[in-house]
Amino acid sequence: MTGNFFYFLTFLTLFAAIGVVASKNPVYSVLFMILTFFALTGHYILLNAQFLAAVNFIVYMGAIMVLFLFVIMFLNMREDTEQHKPLLSKIAAAIAGGILFVVMIAALKDVDTQMKATAVFDSQIGMVENLGKVLFRDYLLPFELASVLFLAAMAGAVMLGKREPGEQNRF
Amino acid sequence: MNDIPEVIRTIPLNYYLYFSTALFCIGIIGVLTRRNAIIIFMCIELMLNSVNLLLTAFSSYRSDPNGQIFVFFIMAVAAAEVAVGLAIIVMIYRNVRSTDINILNKLKW
Repeated sequence: MTGNFFYFLTFLTLFAAIGVVASKNPVYSVLFMILTFFALTGHYILLNAQFLAAVNFIVYMGAIMVLFLFVIMFLNMREDTEQHKPLLSKIAAAIAGGILFVVMIAALKDVDTQMKATAVFDSQIGMVENLGKVLFRDYLLPFELASVLFLAAMAGAVMLGKREPGEQNRF
Repeated sequence: MNDIPEVIRTIPLNYYLYFSTALFCIGIIGVLTRRNAIIIFMCIELMLNSVNLLLTAFSSYRSDPNGQIFVFFIMAVAAAEVAVGLAIIVMIYRNVRSTDINILNKLKW
């Protein structure tokens, strides 16, 4: 049952990721991206990582994808406004990516990923309570630095988005 | 309730390795083939998410919470990066009326 669910979510993720790359209209790309994140959230739930599933759902699907969709609609992009790369460079890029995939698979084929020490296995590590304890005990300084990073990013985004005095006013 | 989850018992960790590799390569192909800067940005998000999934899989299979903490930090930094990056793209669009990366070739050597 769970195995079938894993294969279904994997297929859905890869299909939606290909849709992101292949769709001509940028709005469809964003919608496929939301589908990708939805399937990845399902993967996190399967892996018993509920905290990450919630964060992925709220931050990525909620905030970041809305930001992308908003910017794309704001800039009024249509499929006829984007020029396409020549076919030769597209084929070359696809071949390069495929060769990288084949090389990675060949390198990872014989990797030994056997688990050790299953006697001390704790399936509850992905819950909010356990991750919160680790986050606020061992990783308190990086957590606070992340908030400083967010403040800097927010100030930077506001400063970049501000209109200069001599800039053209029409949009 | 400390039994091993069913996906860890039935699915080998190698499958997650192959799946993350495939997602990463799709992201790379997207970065190489598209010309719209926003689509390229989204393909970078795809690559980040494949690494996130792999870190989570390793962390769950080894029952080690540190990997999931790293995924949380990656998500936080990616959110900040998206905010600044989209602001830069909007600023570029206001100046050159396009987000085509072939027009933005000032940084070429």
